[in-house]
Amino acid sequence: MRVALFVTCVNDTLYPRTGQAVVTLLERLGVGVDFPLAQSCCGQPQFNTGYRRETVPLARRYAEVFEEYEYIVTPSGSCAAMVRDNHPKLGAKGAAARTYELTEFLTDVLEVTDVGAYYPHTVTYHPTCHGLRMLKLGDRPRRLLQAVQGLELRELEGAEECCGFGGTFAVKNPDVSAAMGADKARHIEDTGASAVCTVDNSCLMHIGGTLSRRDSGVRPVHLAEILASTEGDVW
Amino acid sequence: MSTYLGMPAFPEAAAVSTRDTRLRGNLRHATHTIRAKRAAAVAEMADWQQLRAAGAAAKDDTLRHLDTYLEQLETAVTTAGGTVHWAADAEEANRIVAGLVRATGETEVVKVKSMATQEIGLNEALEAEGIRAYETDLAELIVQLGDDLPSHILVPAIHRNRGEIRDIFTGEMAAWGRPAPEGLSDRPAELAEAARLHLREKFLRAKVGISGANFMVAETGTLVVLESEGNGRMCLTLPETLISVVGIEKVVPTWRDLEVFMQLLPRSSTAERMNPYTTMWTGTTDGDGPRDFHLVLLDNGRTDTLADQVGRQALRCIRCSACLNVCPVYERAGGHAYGSPYPGPIGAILTPQLRGTASALDASLPYASSLCGACYEVCPVAIDIPEVLVHLRQRVVEGGTYTVRGTRTVIRPAKGHAAERAAMRAARWTFQRPRALGAVQRLATRTRRIQPRRLPVGPGKAWGLTRDLPAVPEKSFREWWQERGKGAGE
Repeated sequence: MRVALFVTCVNDTLYPRTGQAVVTLLERLGVGVDFPLAQSCCGQPQFNTGYRRETVPLARRYAEVFEEYEYIVTPSGSCAAMVRDNHPKLGAKGAAARTYELTEFLTDVLEVTDVGAYYPHTVTYHPTCHGLRMLKLGDRPRRLLQAVQGLELRELEGAEECCGFGGTFAVKNPDVSAAMGADKARHIEDTGASAVCTVDNSCLMHIGGTLSRRDSGVRPVHLAEILASTEGDVW
Repeated sequence: MSTYLGMPAFPEAAAVSTRDTRLRGNLRHATHTIRAKRAAAVAEMADWQQLRAAGAAAKDDTLRHLDTYLEQLETAVTTAGGTVHWAADAEEANRIVAGLVRATGETEVVKVKSMATQEIGLNEALEAEGIRAYETDLAELIVQLGDDLPSHILVPAIHRNRGEIRDIFTGEMAAWGRPAPEGLSDRPAELAEAARLHLREKFLRAKVGISGANFMVAETGTLVVLESEGNGRMCLTLPETLISVVGIEKVVPTWRDLEVFMQLLPRSSTAERMNPYTTMWTGTTDGDGPRDFHLVLLDNGRTDTLADQVGRQALRCIRCSACLNVCPVYERAGGHAYGSPYPGPIGAILTPQLRGTASALDASLPYASSLCGACYEVCPVAIDIPEVLVHLRQRVVEGGTYTVRGTRTVIRPAKGHAAERAAMRAARWTFQRPRALGAVQRLATRTRRIQPRRLPVGPGKAWGLTRDLPAVPEKSFREWWQERGKGAGE
């Protein structure tokens, strides 16, 4: 099986390790990965801020770039939701239904929950809003995490409450965003976990930035990096 | 009297509330309690999702044929002895109500809790005509005595704790009627008794009652009010004249439709299987209840909202407040920051449609959300609030043609978004050219060692107040991939 990786602009630019983790993980599971270099951004920041006209060419571009692929895998719940829910409304239906968030691809298409990962740390999981409520990921990420050798999963209080990122919301309403982020950070610290993981690096940028400013010592880590980690190659 | 006029845009007002620790504590406690209760009440219903879909479908069907049902309602109310008035906007509705009260020769009225009369500022309009309106809902009484504004649809004084309520009763009741008992404590039962004694003399004296309605059944011309305290029953049955101001979207075609909402509303709002008092009346009845009944049907932006294919779903709203109680933004910003009687997620999509997006406050409301979607999940009539928020953001930054007071009108993009618009365009331009994107990334990665973790101005400054910026990596993913020698090519 060959799939296309839609790495997302945020991961491409700021979190390349997450993309590398997806490649490592999928290849380990026997899946060939293509990375069409013409890809860029799904248009989520533009669309969610109200710039529909700026979004349309990006949605069309996405449909063209990934036209030939049966499976397009992305390590971002909110970008997958943007493509699946909103691209069809923008006249770019083509690749929308063939786009899978990573945990969906693993559990639904490959039908694996134990990916052979090893991660000897205590971890807490924050279900990001678009993964939770738009994609309805349910317990897919948790099932994957629970199968990881050496990993101890800690329950997070108020897990399903938004972390306060919300794209441009974080800078348009910085005080409310920060208040939400502080509560999320406190709950994360209360778990005593050494790392917090999500399926979205954009939310994690806000959570991690807040934790870093608080000197809390909890590491933000994308779920893909945990799943890529093995006993022979610890991430 | 307090008003919403001249209030700042949402981010500024919310910034103040986030630093008010007492308000934050009151709101956190109240919303989390009611949130958990609602979830339990809804979980009892195996067919909740079907009920929710039925509620949404009934509302959509009604809205599609609103003209027909409203005329049917008017005929039924008139036949049953009531009088129907049509009000295009707040000013006209206030004028009609003031005229009706004046015609009775009375100078005071008792009121049932009503969002429509809050929306049109009826109390203030009556005050200007020399008519005093007494709020009789406990929370509305607290707001009125405290010269305050409501901050929640269902629990208007949610921002007050019992100590504050005791102080308001002790300090203000005497100026409005029967004073608070000596030595009043902050025990809920004592506070409720003080309110009961204070209000009882008003119920017994009042000749005119004013209400809204939760529903109007078109087939029989019946109005329906759901409440918890019994004050509504008093106002709806004791006075000689009853005036009900109701938004035109509150009509339901038949009693069979009403049955769906009677299940959806109490569980979603107060987390009860059934609310304590439901009053239903059809016109007037000899020897029983008010002799005169007037129904004022209020448009005030609703027809304009109905003309918007995406935004019209906001008119399904049954004012349950479930969306407020789960909203992380509402919980921290408080209801007053929304600058309207409709706070929270529903307010953020209703107010800019009813009032327009011309003011800085109204244009900021569609952005008062992280789009987390918790509101949509709990909405008993399945209003996709995030979808409408994004749609209204488009109206703010891109403008377009919309219906304003019944006329197709070109709305210009709102001011103050020039830098953002330029940034969005530049981003789109770059994202359409992966080579340019690669160049930007290379510039970022090559200069990573000299980049600050905090920025002094603009969005970067807003970010950096409480958050560190992420470190820029040595190479982008794209660079790593190309070096790995497996590129699929452009």
